[in-house]
Amino acid sequence: MEDVEEALRAALLLALAGDNDAYAVFLTRSGVHLRSYFRRRLVAFPNDVEDLVQETLLAVHNRRHTFEPAARLLPWLYAIARYKLIDLLRAQSPRHAVEVPLDDNEGIAELVPADASPAECQRDLAKLIDTLPDRYRLPIVLVKLEGRSVAEAAQATGMSEPAVKIGIHRGLKKLATLASKRR
Amino acid sequence: MKTDALIAMLAQGPVAVRPRAVGRRLLSAIAIGVALASVVMLATLHLRADLATAVHAPMFWLKLAVPVVVAALAVVAVRRLARPGGGAGPVLAIGAVLFVVLAVSAIADVVIAPASERAALVLGKTALPCVVLVAALSLPALVAIFVALRSLAPTRLTAAGAAAGALAGGLGAAVYAWHCNEMTLPFVAVWYVLGMAIPAALGALLGGRWLHWS
Repeated sequence: MEDVEEALRAALLLALAGDNDAYAVFLTRSGVHLRSYFRRRLVAFPNDVEDLVQETLLAVHNRRHTFEPAARLLPWLYAIARYKLIDLLRAQSPRHAVEVPLDDNEGIAELVPADASPAECQRDLAKLIDTLPDRYRLPIVLVKLEGRSVAEAAQATGMSEPAVKIGIHRGLKKLATLASKRR
Repeated sequence: MKTDALIAMLAQGPVAVRPRAVGRRLLSAIAIGVALASVVMLATLHLRADLATAVHAPMFWLKLAVPVVVAALAVVAVRRLARPGGGAGPVLAIGAVLFVVLAVSAIADVVIAPASERAALVLGKTALPCVVLVAALSLPALVAIFVALRSLAPTRLTAAGAAAGALAGGLGAAVYAWHCNEMTLPFVAVWYVLGMAIPAALGALLGGRWLHWS
């Protein structure tokens, strides 16, 4: 267990200092753990699992500045997962909510059967990105999807570099809101 | 979009963040809240006329210390509650103990005083304005702290709202203390505490809805 905690934490700390490869590793491995966490709790709604994995990864990304470097990582990660899960259950009928065990001992039990195979997701984030206003959509498409630098995106769009960065930041937050509203 | 594609997208581009975001954002919110409350206090209520002599009385500083301690405890709680999974920790217990100390001291003051002076000791001359103005002066900080919390990630929204309200209340009362003429501990223990409790209750009430993030 400790090596999962340590490995994920080390990867996130590198990512927060600007290491994109470490960040991809962190998100991929977190996704695996989140998938088994949600699959276990959403027995009644298997179709929601992958959406919730994606929403949680998006939330982790958007709120990554709230990770305290001295703190443990898994409690932070699962607290976000749990928050997203409760959101989903609130949106569903309360009748179903009681069927889903919500316990506090996460972080240890969840790590055992890691579930790497993603199911199909229901909501398509790519389509949601298309609905964003240009000031958010263009920076996301150019920098995040096409891999261009912030400077190149600024030149291509005529926006300033800070505006491109803010556009990415706000756009991804907007995306998270849209994704959680579409159920 | 497949999850792998989402991960590739998120990991693309600048991913670094400035360290200590929680502390910095809360500090800015506190500074804005105190600055706005101070401007309003100085412009509309004014400093107490006898401030130059009042600062030599220990009671003046004790009256200021109560809200400052409330704010200090609350800021610790808000910092913790601003992060996913964070709870208030031992803050509530420490606050409860300090409140008991304050209440016992205030009751002792009342009991020791001659019967004819007791009511004045508690009620002072400005009980109602004190409660209303402390709550009012806490509003700028309450709004600023809520805005800061919305950019962070609290997962216990009611507790985070209550702690934000208590912090705002402590700051508002600390500003109000520079205007207030009352110089008794029982007054502070009742009316300052009540004034600070209003934004705390308001924060708890609004937290569930306004601090929700996705």
